Amino acid sequence: MAGKTLYDKLWDDHVVHTEDDGSCLIYIDRQLLHEVTSPQAFEGLRLSGRHPWRIARNLAVADHNIPTTDRANGIADPVSRLQVETLESNCKEFGITEFHMSDIRQGIVHVVGPEQGATLPGMTVVCGDSHTSTHGASAALAFGIGTSEVEHALATQCLVQKKAKNMLIKVNGKAGPGVTAKDIVLAIIGKIGTAGGTGYTIEFGGEAIRALSMEGRMTVCNMAIEAGARAGLIACDETTMDFYHGRPYAPKGDDWNMAVRYWQKLHSDADAKFDKVVEFNAADIKPQVSWGTSPEMVLPVDANVPDPAQEADPVKRQGIERALQYMGLQAGQKITDIRLDKVFIGSCTNSRIEDLRAAAAVVKGRKKADSVKQVLIVPGSGLIKQQAEAEGLDKIFTAANFEWREPGCSMCLAMNADRLEAGEHCASTSNRNFEGRQGYGGRTHLVSPAMAAAAAIAGHFVNIAEEGA
Amino acid sequence: MRAFTTLTALVAPLDRANIDTDAIIPKQFLKSIRRAGFGPYLFDEWRYLDHGEPEMDCTNRPLNQEFVLNKPQYKGAQILLTRENFGCGSSREHAPWALEDYGFRAIIAPSFADIFFNNCFKNGILPIVLPAESVDRLFNEMADGYQLTIDLQAQTITTPSGQNIGFSVDENRRHRLLNGLDDIALSLQHADKIKAYEAERAKRAPWLFKEA
Repeated sequence: MAGKTLYDKLWDDHVVHTEDDGSCLIYIDRQLLHEVTSPQAFEGLRLSGRHPWRIARNLAVADHNIPTTDRANGIADPVSRLQVETLESNCKEFGITEFHMSDIRQGIVHVVGPEQGATLPGMTVVCGDSHTSTHGASAALAFGIGTSEVEHALATQCLVQKKAKNMLIKVNGKAGPGVTAKDIVLAIIGKIGTAGGTGYTIEFGGEAIRALSMEGRMTVCNMAIEAGARAGLIACDETTMDFYHGRPYAPKGDDWNMAVRYWQKLHSDADAKFDKVVEFNAADIKPQVSWGTSPEMVLPVDANVPDPAQEADPVKRQGIERALQYMGLQAGQKITDIRLDKVFIGSCTNSRIEDLRAAAAVVKGRKKADSVKQVLIVPGSGLIKQQAEAEGLDKIFTAANFEWREPGCSMCLAMNADRLEAGEHCASTSNRNFEGRQGYGGRTHLVSPAMAAAAAIAGHFVNIAEEGA
Repeated sequence: MRAFTTLTALVAPLDRANIDTDAIIPKQFLKSIRRAGFGPYLFDEWRYLDHGEPEMDCTNRPLNQEFVLNKPQYKGAQILLTRENFGCGSSREHAPWALEDYGFRAIIAPSFADIFFNNCFKNGILPIVLPAESVDRLFNEMADGYQLTIDLQAQTITTPSGQNIGFSVDENRRHRLLNGLDDIALSLQHADKIKAYEAERAKRAPWLFKEA
C-alpha cells in the first residue's frame, strides 16, 4: 500500500462519519471568529435555539473593521462599530473568549492564532475567512468557510466535506538575494494560475520551503487560496516545534512531549502518491510585482507589462486589456517605471515580525520619496507591535516618514478608514489586487515587504535583487 | 433553506472570467450584521457609476447602462451564465446572499472557486459546471428572451430548441438542495458519533481536551 500524504493523514485523523457518496463529517479542532462573517451565524444559533458544541474550541478577535489610529476614541464609523460591538455581545452571550481592541493580544485573526498557539500542528482549523489557509504552515488542515459553515461548526464542531485531491508544489534549491516567501508564492500563482489549485489541497515542499521560517511559511500558505486551493500545507519539522514551544495555548510538560511525538509524524510519507506535482527552481525566481487585477497577473520586477496583442486566447486577451485599462498601464512598459502613490506593509500575508524587520532593513537611514503620499506600516498584532518597538523598528519607519499604526487588516481590504483613492497606485504586501479591493478605483501591486519598502524610498519599483537593497 | 427542484427562467450572460467576490459584493457592504438586503448592491462597482455605501437607497443612483444586468432584456433573469473560476477570492457568503437576494437561483460556468461553490448550496443556489465548449455554445445561442429549463432531479438543462445538456451534482448536495434541508439538523443526527470521536481522540491527543 502506498504511503500517505500529510493531507491524507490529517484528513483520516478527523473523519467522524462517512456518507455513501463519500462526503464526510469532519471534526473541527479550532474555530477562529471575527466580526465580519460571524454575526449571522450567531443569529442562526439563537433562532434555532442551539448552543456551541464545545465553547473553548472557539476564539474570537475583531480585525477587519478596526481603526489603526486613535483607538482611545473608539470606532468612528457607526456601521463598523456596530459590527465590532455585535461580536463582543455574541461572545459574551455564548461564553467565547475574545481579544478586545484594547488587549495587547488583539490583531489579525490569522496572525493571532499561531502567535497564541491557539492553532497547532495536526489540528483542523476553520474561520469565516479565505486566508485561513495560513495556518497550514504548521501542518494543520486549515481552510476558509462561509457563514453558514461558521454556524455549523459552532453547533456541531464538525463540517460536511468531500476530500480534495493532493497536489505537491516542490520548490527546489536555494532562493537568491532579495527573493522572499512572498516572491516564491507569487511566482507559483503566476505559473499555475488562480484556478490552478482548485479542487486540491496543496502541500508546499522542497529545499527552499524547508529553509523558510514559520513566518515565511505562513506567507506561502496564506496565498494558497489565491491559487484556488482551499488549503495549503507544510510538513512539521524542528522549525515548527521551536515556534510553538512555550506559546500560551500550546501544550505543556508531558502533554508537550506527547504532542511532539505525534507532530513528528506530520509529513508526507516518502512513497506517498500525489495527484499532481509541480516543481520550481528557487534560483529561477526573481522578486515579483503584480501588474494586473488578479494575483496570477504577476511578473518579475525586471519584466515589462504584457501586451494583449501577443495573447492568442480571446478570454485571456480581454482579461489583460481590461486589467491594463483599470490599472492605467501601457502594454510593454517597464515594471520599474510604475510610480507609486501609497505603500502598505501589513495584512495576514506579511505583517509578522520578520516582515517588519525585512522592511526596516531596507529603510534604515533613508526617507520616503516625496512623490509617495503615504506609507502605512500595520503590524499583525499588538504583540508584534510591542516586539518591533523593543527592537527600535518603529523609529526607523517614523524617521523615514512612514506611519506606524495599530494592528488590524487595514488597507488590505479597506473596511476601516485606511484606503486608496481612485487611480492611486499602491505597493502592497497584501494578497489580492482585485478591482476596488483597497478602495474604489484603487490600483494594487502585490509585492514583498522588502520590495514595498524599496518602492516607498524610490517612488517606483526597483530590482532589489540587483541593487542589494 | 429554499429547495431547488426545477427552474425555467431568463438567462443573463456575464462574459468575463475570474469574477471575484469583491466584484460580486464590495467589502463596504460586509459591515452589515444582517443576512438579507444585499441584492441592490450586487456587482455594485460595475452596476452603478457612483460609489456605493451600505444602507444607500439605490433607486436614484446613476446606472452603468453598459453593464449587462442593467439592460432591459435581462430584467428578471434568474440564471447567470458566466466564465471560468467564478466566485474566486474571499469566503464571504454575502456573495451568494447578494446573488440570491437579486433573484438568481442558478449559475452556469465552466468552473467555480471552491468556497463560493460550497456557499451556494447553503443558500438554495444551484451552481452548474459545464464543459467550456457547452458554455461557449450557450453564450453563442443567447438571444432576446433566451430561457433555459433546469431540472435538478434529472440533472438536465433544456435549451429553447429542446436540446438536453446533462450536468452532475454530488448526491449528498443534490439531496439537500432538492429538499431544502437544514445541514445542521442533519449533522446533529450524528451527535453520538461526534461524542464517540471526541472520547477516542481525547486518548490520542489529550492536550486538545484540557481546556474544555
